Amino acid sequence: MTLAAAATHGFLSPTGVEIAFLLVGIATLGAALIMVTTRQLVHAALWLVVALGGLAVEYLLLTAEFIAWVQVLIYVGSVVVLLLFGLMLTKAPIGRSPDADSGNRWVALAVAVAAAASLVWVVVDAFRTTWIDLDGPAQGSTEVSGEILFRHWVLPFEALSVLLLAALIGAIVLSRRDKEGPAQGLPADRPVREGNS
Amino acid sequence: MHLAHPAVLSALLFSVGLYGVLARRNAILVLMSVELMLNAVNLNLVAFDVWLRDTLHAGQALTLFIIAIAAAEIGIGLAIVLMVYRNRGSSDVDRLRDTAEAHGPDDSGAGHDGETPADREEKAEATT
Repeated sequence: MTLAAAATHGFLSPTGVEIAFLLVGIATLGAALIMVTTRQLVHAALWLVVALGGLAVEYLLLTAEFIAWVQVLIYVGSVVVLLLFGLMLTKAPIGRSPDADSGNRWVALAVAVAAAASLVWVVVDAFRTTWIDLDGPAQGSTEVSGEILFRHWVLPFEALSVLLLAALIGAIVLSRRDKEGPAQGLPADRPVREGNS
Repeated sequence: MHLAHPAVLSALLFSVGLYGVLARRNAILVLMSVELMLNAVNLNLVAFDVWLRDTLHAGQALTLFIIAIAAAEIGIGLAIVLMVYRNRGSSDVDRLRDTAEAHGPDDSGAGHDGETPADREEKAEATT
């Protein structure tokens, strides 16, 4: 069976979808690498936009179009804006900050390279002769996603809405300022409090 | 399409995110790297869902759930980082060492910042 699959799909005759997937994947990986290594904090958030947008294109190439648009809306639209606001509110330096990486970056590099090597080795060894059949109707269109989401996954969906509500209330409570808190505390102790409003 | 392509890409993206989580000093950059790791897992889920032609589309449903949970996580995480910044004046994860284990009787206090134990207690009280 694997031989028949290998006969119909060759390594040396990639389809157009495969070439596009590889090119966008290289761009995504490069953006991710620049994101974790750049010394300018705001640029890291902007490279994250490139990486997440590349992943949305990969979802489109895998015929999961609804997830691709959800990715664009939620990640590129709101999560990155939240991160930029967080950088702004914590007064991140605009220019190059020399201490963006901590002292244990070489240990981190060793751990990441080891994880990448073992994961890639296992994955390539396991799925060497497996091909995705992308023909036929799109499997992730909005109609299909809506049907399976509201027919088979209603209960997790509702539980997730409760979780989102809890997260919303938690974020409000965490970022709320105590009314009588600053009156008790020493003003000299936290000079950042005034400038952070 | 070869199944190894999305699987390898997601493994590499996960490793890049792992490096970012371990090597970055700013807490917000750590949160960004966590987002990258979550997205690598999402790509894996979508690829395997398309490969298996699951009738329930469990992979895509779980991807949507993970996206929602990641949004909740980033909201809570940023609120916590902002609160820590407001109380400590810094969001560097390397400098938040108040709960670190002391190595000896000498540096059982907070000798790293030059702050007194009473100061530390006051700050810990402000955090709660």
